[in-house]
Amino acid sequence: MRYMLLIYTKEDEMARNSDQQRQEIMQGHFKVMEETRAKGILEAAEPLSRTNTATTIRLQNGKPLIIDGPFAETREQLAGYYILDCKDLDEAIGYASRIPTSCGGTCGCIEIRTLPGLPSAVPTNEAEAVTSRNG
Amino acid sequence: MDEVSNTIEAIFRRESGRIIATLIRIAGSFDVAEEAMQEAFTAALTTWPEKGLPQNPAAWITAVAHRRLIDHSRRERTRREKQEPLIYETPTAHQPEAEVQLDADEMEYPDDRLRLIFTCCHPAINPDAQIALTLRTLGGLTTPEIARAFLLPEPTLAQRLVRAKRKIAEARIPYEVPPREKISERLQAVQSVIYLIFNEGYAATTGDGLIRRELCAEAIRLARTLCQLLPGEPENLGLLALMLLHDSRRDARTDEQGRLIVLDEQDRSLWDKERIREGQKLVSRALGMRRPGPYQLQAAIAAVHSHAETAVETDWGEIAALYRELLRISSSPVVALNYAVAVAMSEGLEAGLELVEQAGESGELRDYHLFHAARADLLRRLGRKTDAASAYGQALRLATNGVEKEFLRRRLEELGRE
Repeated sequence: MRYMLLIYTKEDEMARNSDQQRQEIMQGHFKVMEETRAKGILEAAEPLSRTNTATTIRLQNGKPLIIDGPFAETREQLAGYYILDCKDLDEAIGYASRIPTSCGGTCGCIEIRTLPGLPSAVPTNEAEAVTSRNG
Repeated sequence: MDEVSNTIEAIFRRESGRIIATLIRIAGSFDVAEEAMQEAFTAALTTWPEKGLPQNPAAWITAVAHRRLIDHSRRERTRREKQEPLIYETPTAHQPEAEVQLDADEMEYPDDRLRLIFTCCHPAINPDAQIALTLRTLGGLTTPEIARAFLLPEPTLAQRLVRAKRKIAEARIPYEVPPREKISERLQAVQSVIYLIFNEGYAATTGDGLIRRELCAEAIRLARTLCQLLPGEPENLGLLALMLLHDSRRDARTDEQGRLIVLDEQDRSLWDKERIREGQKLVSRALGMRRPGPYQLQAAIAAVHSHAETAVETDWGEIAALYRELLRISSSPVVALNYAVAVAMSEGLEAGLELVEQAGESGELRDYHLFHAARADLLRRLGRKTDAASAYGQALRLATNGVEKEFLRRRLEELGRE
C-alpha cells in the first residue's frame, strides 16, 4: 500500500530555527530517505515552499477565482511530504515517527493517508476472465 | 428445534470470537469473514436438527464458513480479473484456490484471537470504535446489544463499526501480533479497552441491568483469554484480578431499590467468595513476577479490602502503602485523592484532609464529583457539618449518575438531621 506522509509544522517557528537545528532536521530526513530508498520503498519526498508563496484557485460562477495564499489559514502548515510503499500502516507509522517535524519536536505532526490509486479501466477481454474461472 | 437453536446460540457466544479470528486471517477481511460465519451458523440451524449435533460444533462451523470463503474468493477472483482490486486483502486471500487444507492447525491457530484483539485495539482506530469492534468480534455481542449497553442509538453504533472496519481495510491496519519491542505499549491499549468495557458494565447507572452484567462478564472473559495467550505479562493477570475482585462485590453494592451502598456499609456475606479467591490468587501470582504495574497494584488494593471480614478490620495502612506505590509509577490527581483517603483512614482524618486539599490544588479535580464527595465525607467525620454540607452540594451538582446522585442526596439529608 502506498502511503503519503504529510508533514505539518509552524512555519514561523521553523524560520527561527538556528543553523544547527536546520542541519539536524535535514540529517533526520536524510536518514529516513536513505533507509527507505535502500529498501526500495521511497517513491518521493520533498519539502514545500512556504505558504506565503501559495496561490489558491477556486471556481466561482464557473470562473476561476485566484487568491493569494493557502486555502485556509491554519495553526500548522503543510511543509513537505513523503510517498512510501509500505507493507501496512504500522510500517508507515514507524517511518512517520522518525521524520523530523522541523519545530524541534515542540509542535507539528505527520498525517498518514493511503493512496489507493486510480481505478483502472475495465478490461475488455471477457474470454480471459471466463478461462481463469474454469481453470 | 428450540433446543438446537439454544445450543447454537450458546456455541455462538462461546466460540464465535475464536472462529471469526481464524476466518479473518484466512479471508483478510472482517466483512467477508463475518458474512461467512453468519452463513455457517444459518446452515447449522437447518442441518443440525436433521443430522444431529456434530462432535465438534465449532470445527463444523469453521469448516463450513471456510468453504464459503473459498467460494467467495473464486467469485472475487473472477470479478477482480475484470477490475483492479480497490480493497485491501492479505496475500492468503488471493490463494485459497491452492487447495486449502481444512486441518486442525488451520482451525486452532493459537495466535488468531491475539491478532484480532491487537487489530481491534489498534491506536489508529478511534477509542470508542475499538470497544465496539472488540465486543462485536471477540465478544460475539450483537450490534443492538452493544448499542443498548452504551445507551446509543443502534444506527450510531452500526456506523461506528462500519467506519472502523473500513479504516482497517483501507489504511491497511495489520492483522498481526505486534513485534516484541512494541508489545507492551500496544498491550496497554488492549488492557484499557477491556477495562473500559468492564467499567461501563460496573458503573451503577440505571438502565438495562442484564446487559451491564453481560458487559462485565465479557470483559472478564476477554481478560482470561489475554492471560491464557500471554501468561507471562503480569499486568494481564493484574487486570483480570482487579475485575474479579470488583465484580465479587456486585450483589452487595446496591439495595433492593437499586440504591448505592458504599464499601464500608456493604453486607460482606454477599461478596462472591469464588471470585475473591481467584482474584487473590492472581494478585499474588502477578506480584510474584516482580514487575508491578497499575492494574496489579489496584488489584492488590482490592485484595486487601477483600481480606477484611468487616469494614473496621480493613488494613488501611497497607492500602495507603499500595496507593503510594501506585502514585510513584502512575501519578494522577485521582490516585492522589485515593491515597489521601487511605491516609485519612490509617493515620487520621486531619492528615487525610490535608492531602485531599493538596490533591485538589492543581484544579484538575475541580469538576470531579468524587473529589467533593471524598472531601465532604472527611469533613462530616470531623464534625465540620457546614463545610461538609457545602462539599456534598458541590458533589451533587457535578454527579451525573442517578444512583450516585441519590446517594449524595441521602447523605446531605442525614447531615441536616444530625
